[in-house]
Amino acid sequence: MSYTPDELMTVAAARLLNNEHVCFVGIGLPSAACNLARLTHAPRLTLIYESGTIGTQPTVLPLSIGDGELCTRALTTVSVPEIFRYWLQGGHVSIGFLSGAQVDRFANLNSTVIGSYAHPKVRLPGAGGAPEIATGCGEVFIVMRQSPRAFVPRLDFMTTLGHGEGGTHRSRLGFDTKGPTKVITDLCIMEPHPQTKELTVTSLHPGVTIDRVKQATGWDVAFALNLTETVEPTPCELKALRDLQARTAAAHAG
Amino acid sequence: MSDLFTSLANAIALIRDGDVVALEGFTHLIPFAAAHEVIRQGRRNLTLVRMTPDLICDQLIGAGCAARLVFSWGGNPGVGSLHRLRDAVEKGWPAPLALEEYTHAALANAYEAGASNLPFGIFRSHRGDLALENPKFRTLQCPYTGQELTTVPAMRPDVAVVHAQKADSEGNVLVEGIIGVQKQVVLAARTAIVTVEERVDHFADVHPNACVLPHWTVDAIAVVPGGAAPSYAHGYYERDNAYYIDWEKLSADRSSFLQWLDQYVLSRAVPA
Repeated sequence: MSYTPDELMTVAAARLLNNEHVCFVGIGLPSAACNLARLTHAPRLTLIYESGTIGTQPTVLPLSIGDGELCTRALTTVSVPEIFRYWLQGGHVSIGFLSGAQVDRFANLNSTVIGSYAHPKVRLPGAGGAPEIATGCGEVFIVMRQSPRAFVPRLDFMTTLGHGEGGTHRSRLGFDTKGPTKVITDLCIMEPHPQTKELTVTSLHPGVTIDRVKQATGWDVAFALNLTETVEPTPCELKALRDLQARTAAAHAG
Repeated sequence: MSDLFTSLANAIALIRDGDVVALEGFTHLIPFAAAHEVIRQGRRNLTLVRMTPDLICDQLIGAGCAARLVFSWGGNPGVGSLHRLRDAVEKGWPAPLALEEYTHAALANAYEAGASNLPFGIFRSHRGDLALENPKFRTLQCPYTGQELTTVPAMRPDVAVVHAQKADSEGNVLVEGIIGVQKQVVLAARTAIVTVEERVDHFADVHPNACVLPHWTVDAIAVVPGGAAPSYAHGYYERDNAYYIDWEKLSADRSSFLQWLDQYVLSRAVPA
């Protein structure tokens, strides 16, 4: 069964989640991956959106983080101060699932501006929940399409802390959560090096070459010695994803 | 019947030029009808406060009502940019707009501090480069553990504007579904204006833990069915996602925006 790079990325991201996880979901690519996991191998996965919905099971992907179905199909819905204070900051969320416009070699993220803050080339939406999701969750998964514009040597703006300047910088800043542990792209999977925390390619997607990944990365990217190949999406995973996307498109067309 | 009930025009007349006005509703219950009345009344130099400016602030900014925007996520959810916001920031059209930018957790804590009559909100955050651009982010050493914590000043708006499902005849207000910061912003503000889908004699079958704003916490209530559209009111109507998608094109161009403003806001009869 043929598939697109985006489909493989979403499937590979979904596979990171399991039934025991409590996952704080960002909108867009993370939301697709998290709901695919729930609809396939992880039906008891708990999803939390920043609108305060806990244990939500939407039938289509929400356009916003506060679509009505997130609430009607949730176990419970709490206020926004409560979701950030008690549940996220309180340490009850195991996984944060994020994306961004730019990521650097230590998995710090930019979702604020391209160019300078005062005179941006592109003004992006800004932080939203990301900075505190990244420090409050037990660990963070990042899903992003890979290109030299997105995987940059230096962020134009650091919205969200990953591993800071690398090494033990994150814990020296006072954060004892793990931070980003996986970056899933449409070309490969990266993980931070155990000591330096620099993102290292650990798995190439089928048909993707080392050169292709190098060309799509704005720094001299490292590859693991025991580089593996990402398992292709199964027909079952692809059907679940395509059905979800078709339901979503029909629902949002109005 | 409570004398809190009034027309939308009378309720919105509580807002003065230069006020700090928080229009809340986290994706849900966004007070669009109230904002359109703010535009019709020609308010200027407002500081708008909203965690997610959404289309409502894009419209107020494009109509020239705002001088400053306090926010934490400024996009069209799931669609793209807010073009009127960007045009004001980047080109000063129709008026320059200053930004005061936070994270969601920061603004949620600022509202909670405001509602709690504390001078600042305190939370755990790295803040990132945002602290370089917004000096209101500060840090504090915990007096007990020595840990460094992040602070932001309490949010105490002059006026809070929210939409809700129901008010009873006494003027108590029921909020259901995604409740966002509705309670916090009403309790934090000097004046609170509420629009509701309907007025009922009594709330029937309301859960004892429901989110209710007692009548003595609000200053004016206007019954405006559909007042949250194109966002939604849980139990009444759904979010008009197609409208949000169409706004991308409509708002990208000044002339099509002005045409929309004239047709759908300025020349519209004021809801009674």
